[in-house]
Amino acid sequence: MSQKKLRIGRFEIASRLFVGTGKYETYELMAQALAASGCEVVTVAVRRERMTDTSGRNILDFLDPAKYTLLPNTAGCFTADDAIRTAKLGRELLEGLDNAGSAWVKLEVLGDKKTLLPDPAGTLEALIELKKEGFEVLCYTSDDPIAAMRLKAAGADSVMPAGAPIGSGQGILNPWNIRIILEQLKEDDPDYPIIVDAGVGTASDVTIAMELGADGVLLNTGIAGAADPLMMAGAMKLAVESGHLARHAGRIPKKLYATASSPITGVIGAQ
Amino acid sequence: MQIVINGEAKEVACNLTVAALLQQMALQPLRVAVELNRLLLPRAQHSQTALAQGDVLEIVTLVGGG
Repeated sequence: MSQKKLRIGRFEIASRLFVGTGKYETYELMAQALAASGCEVVTVAVRRERMTDTSGRNILDFLDPAKYTLLPNTAGCFTADDAIRTAKLGRELLEGLDNAGSAWVKLEVLGDKKTLLPDPAGTLEALIELKKEGFEVLCYTSDDPIAAMRLKAAGADSVMPAGAPIGSGQGILNPWNIRIILEQLKEDDPDYPIIVDAGVGTASDVTIAMELGADGVLLNTGIAGAADPLMMAGAMKLAVESGHLARHAGRIPKKLYATASSPITGVIGAQ
Repeated sequence: MQIVINGEAKEVACNLTVAALLQQMALQPLRVAVELNRLLLPRAQHSQTALAQGDVLEIVTLVGGG
């Protein structure tokens, strides 16, 4: 069955699962998990080169830039200025690798270290500047519909509402808000891409997000932190596909009372 | 002369170019990006840019992240 690809700006992506590359026990395990997930887009972070790292290993030894589209993030930035600087450094790195991901960035401007909730003002400020600099910007945001609306209006190429705090594994805490975001941002613009990002704990969280109508799901800890990351990566691959199919198959309505599945006439012994 | 690299003060030769610095540090040019005094320094300019006393450099690379 052919399915429409996910379009974000100039990007066309077949797999609606985006996977992060952080927190794996080893780079080898990371590479295997990404392969098992079937993802095409992987996020990466930008950090100071650790001059004293004696192992000499670099993530790029385990991540083929010809196979994956890298999506650099501005994780760890608490000001718009830092996020803008980080985005530009990420672009420079990906241009050097000749990776299509040099055109885009996952924008995160955080407001608080404990919750890792986004700073709405800083995110908006950075978004506006990054758009002027020619980036396609995917904005990490909370599940607040107003914040999401403001980001779309300011030019975000995708809005990425969190299901729950980053790494918390709590799933979609407020499906009603996610539904409102989907409805309001897709009004008159049904293909506007909305990707649920953050808080995914297990496969059903991914399926729920897709059944609500999200265009994709981004997750990292849910796979990297699982007892068996390879098995979980496979589960997530199935989850995003099943949720997407179920959404488009047109589910039955929820009813208060029962409706029998077997005929009500012709039952033996009936008078 | 003294410059700052990734938050640490370092002594380097005068008029050292960024390209030469990366080479000295055994860094692969395509795996790092450089910011000089809070401005991105594109790779094409590394060999033409000489460092000066007090310059602040950020040398970054890609790492795992969500």
